[in-house]
Amino acid sequence: MWKFLHKLASPPHFYDLSAKIIPWFVVPGTILIVYGTIAGLFYAPPDYQQGDAFRIIYVHVPAAYLSMLAYTVMAVSAGIGLIWRIKLSHAVAAAAAPLGAWFTFLALITGSIWGRPMWGTWWEWGDPRLTSELIMLFLYFGYMALRAAIDDTTKADKASAVLALVGAVNIPIIHFSVEWWSSLHQGATIVRADGPAMPAEMLLPLLAMILGFSFIFGALLLGRVRSEVLFRERRSRWVKNLVLSSGEQG
Amino acid sequence: MEALAMGGYGAYVWSSFGLTLIVVIICVVQVKRRHQQVFSDIKTRLRAMETDQ
Repeated sequence: MWKFLHKLASPPHFYDLSAKIIPWFVVPGTILIVYGTIAGLFYAPPDYQQGDAFRIIYVHVPAAYLSMLAYTVMAVSAGIGLIWRIKLSHAVAAAAAPLGAWFTFLALITGSIWGRPMWGTWWEWGDPRLTSELIMLFLYFGYMALRAAIDDTTKADKASAVLALVGAVNIPIIHFSVEWWSSLHQGATIVRADGPAMPAEMLLPLLAMILGFSFIFGALLLGRVRSEVLFRERRSRWVKNLVLSSGEQG
Repeated sequence: MEALAMGGYGAYVWSSFGLTLIVVIICVVQVKRRHQQVFSDIKTRLRAMETDQ
């Protein structure tokens, strides 16, 4: 097991293996999203309160879920990198940030579009769920700006890892915000003590979308880590051989 | 046509799905571009080193 993990963390091995793994994320991810989109838009029954507007859930919840998953991946990898000094894990943290920022942006925008017809407003300042999600967007920006400001990769890794870990306190705040404080935002739908508050025709497409987007996130993350590894290993022999022996792309 | 109208919420529903598609496309393009960028930068640097020698 340790031998396998050690080999996996070796950059050239990761670089080769990840290229083979990516299609195994893209194909099921695409299938699940196509199914979830069609079933969610046309086959799930309209909500008894929200009508067809509830269908925004099929993109909003996966986006919000990924925004938090990406942050968790970023903070955990940064922590592992800081403690065990595994270079690959810093590469993963750095790769997760821009993806997390995009999905946070998407969660905020789709939430805003959903809020307009349901709450009568695009945005509510001071709402705990909305504010904590917006803070996460700024945490991602701060993390990326900090990395960009430090030329030395090792120093950038360390400094940005500390920021990622400190900001991680925001994750449980986002999750529990709708329980702790009064919020315009509705409570949990899927993970509830009394089971999901949705019939199967509504729930299955949502689960497919969440799983499908997670696969696509995995593929995007692996793709970004590959570039990150290539850059970090630019002076190594294996990268030289790879680059010089290939045509335009590798 | 009625299904596309989304009971009057069409503009909200379709713009949400459209934006999601756009964000995913941007993410995919960025990943590919970044990889090509890193690859070609390393190549340029290696070529420059070769001519120096």
